[in-house]
Amino acid sequence: MREPIMDVEDEAEVEVTREREQRPAPPRRPLVREIPAPPKPGNGEPGAAAEPPVTPEPTAPEMHASRAASLGATTEVHPELAAERHVLAADEFCLFYGKNKALHEINMQIAEGKVTALVGPSGCGKSTLLRSINRLNDLIDNVRTEGKITYHGQNVYARGIDVIELRKRLGMVFQKQNPFPMSIFENVVYARRIAGERNRHLLHEVCERSLRSAALWDEVRDRLQSSALGLSGGQQQRLCIARAIAAEPDVLLMDEPCSALDPIATSKIEDLIHELRRKYTVVIVTHNMQQAARVSDFTAFMYLGRLVEYGPTASIFQNPRLKQTEDYVTGRFG
Amino acid sequence: MQYALYNRMTRANSRMMYGVCVAFTAAILLLLILVTGYLISIGIGSITLDFFRKLPIPNGMEGYPGGLKNGLVGTGILIALASAIGIPVGMLAGIYLSEYSANSLLATPTRFICDVLSGVPSIVVGILGYELVVRPIGHHNGYAGAAALAFIMVPIIARTTEEMLRLVPNSYREASIALGATKARTIMKVVVPAATGSIITGVMLAVARVAGETAPLLFTALGSRLLTTNPAEPFPSLTREIFELARGPEPAQHRLAWAGILVLIALIFVLNLTVRFFSQSVRGRVAHA
Repeated sequence: MREPIMDVEDEAEVEVTREREQRPAPPRRPLVREIPAPPKPGNGEPGAAAEPPVTPEPTAPEMHASRAASLGATTEVHPELAAERHVLAADEFCLFYGKNKALHEINMQIAEGKVTALVGPSGCGKSTLLRSINRLNDLIDNVRTEGKITYHGQNVYARGIDVIELRKRLGMVFQKQNPFPMSIFENVVYARRIAGERNRHLLHEVCERSLRSAALWDEVRDRLQSSALGLSGGQQQRLCIARAIAAEPDVLLMDEPCSALDPIATSKIEDLIHELRRKYTVVIVTHNMQQAARVSDFTAFMYLGRLVEYGPTASIFQNPRLKQTEDYVTGRFG
Repeated sequence: MQYALYNRMTRANSRMMYGVCVAFTAAILLLLILVTGYLISIGIGSITLDFFRKLPIPNGMEGYPGGLKNGLVGTGILIALASAIGIPVGMLAGIYLSEYSANSLLATPTRFICDVLSGVPSIVVGILGYELVVRPIGHHNGYAGAAALAFIMVPIIARTTEEMLRLVPNSYREASIALGATKARTIMKVVVPAATGSIITGVMLAVARVAGETAPLLFTALGSRLLTTNPAEPFPSLTREIFELARGPEPAQHRLAWAGILVLIALIFVLNLTVRFFSQSVRGRVAHA
């Protein structure tokens, strides 16, 4: 999962690639466990439906299904999007809370090293989709899924997927900043500690690097050992980003990271997202249209559990194909 | 006009409510002061060095009535043993109830039974201890007493642990899981530490509660006039010694009993203060979670 990017386009990306290789990566387990044959029914994770053992599949754009959503959603992949390398892809993905279908046949690709924004009115399934990617919905009873979400071609709902390892590679930042009630240092190195890292020197290195990446280092360098709960809201959210980065993920999932923050803190987080965009693939859920326009390369508009329109941010905002998208992004409804 | 009248009435009502609350609070405080004052005035005179140094001495012998060293040591050991059984069992059950299985076939009845057991008269627990531990062994012993006390502690600790863990915001659990932690690790490294302060409070209150128990020990540990540290024998306890001395005919015995009560109350008081201090300093860190 960590191979150098071959089709680099500009120098900045080359540099990033080098930097990625230089960072001492934490020990990685294979994402797929040995699958005992025949698989016993009922020993999988709650979300793991009766999927056959998987083989990695290409996330080629032609895999994009042709089913037209009832809202008249587009079925073709935007050429700009199709040209990207895809880290994540949803393929006819559906999710049910009990009998209630919350996500309807989602088909979408997430481009590597780009920022993808999920927008749409409350309750349209943005967060649900985001939380399906790292299988955080497994924590909720009564959740059932159909279809696939692939990460580097690997279906994350397949039997034999190591969910723990998957979540280490998909960092998450939540709506409400949620640092643990521990010191700043312990918060940042949490992921490394649970991975069994004991070397204090290395932990300090990880801590500093992550805090620097999250643009928080200068503000907290003198008080790493004091409680994380003493930080301001914006600092706490950047700490949560640092905590996610410290696990060395390659995707950052952000669930409305600025909704609880004031404008100044919000702009700091947005700057940070700009900084992070090439090193990490960012998927951000947001309610704020301007924010989506400012930070993202691609925007997906969701409505009533369906992906309505998806394409480069500029075209979604300036030249949407559907009336509904236009109404939403211009603030006429939602 | 009407408005002004209404306003005046409301204000009178409000003041009256305030007055009643203050009066009853003061009544409670007064009661507490009376009880403590009475205890101190009677008991303080009998608290000498001998109280802590000597065993009870029968009437007519030199040094009568002696002290309650056996009871103090016995109660200490009984509490330690009961805690060693009750705290882990109660806390693990509480963790199960809160974290693993909120509404399972095992959890719902367990929760109900815990609530019922917290209200069971302690003498019943004593009889249970007699049937389950004393009878099979064949004689009264300290282990049976500790088991009976642990039996009282477990439901209290299980329920407080559960309640306190439920107060830990779910966002902590999600954050930890999203970072690739297993459920067990999330519980041990994030959830339980976040609730440590309040769990300690609950545990210490359970300890304080059993420290003052007499009834469960009557049938189990029985009591002993001797100093022993071997729980396989009939075992002394402070409460049981007080009970015996208070039933005795001699004023000297009564004075010793009063001293025992005072020491017991002081112990529980100190325990509570320690807990409060502890939980406040720990909770300070978790305050605005």
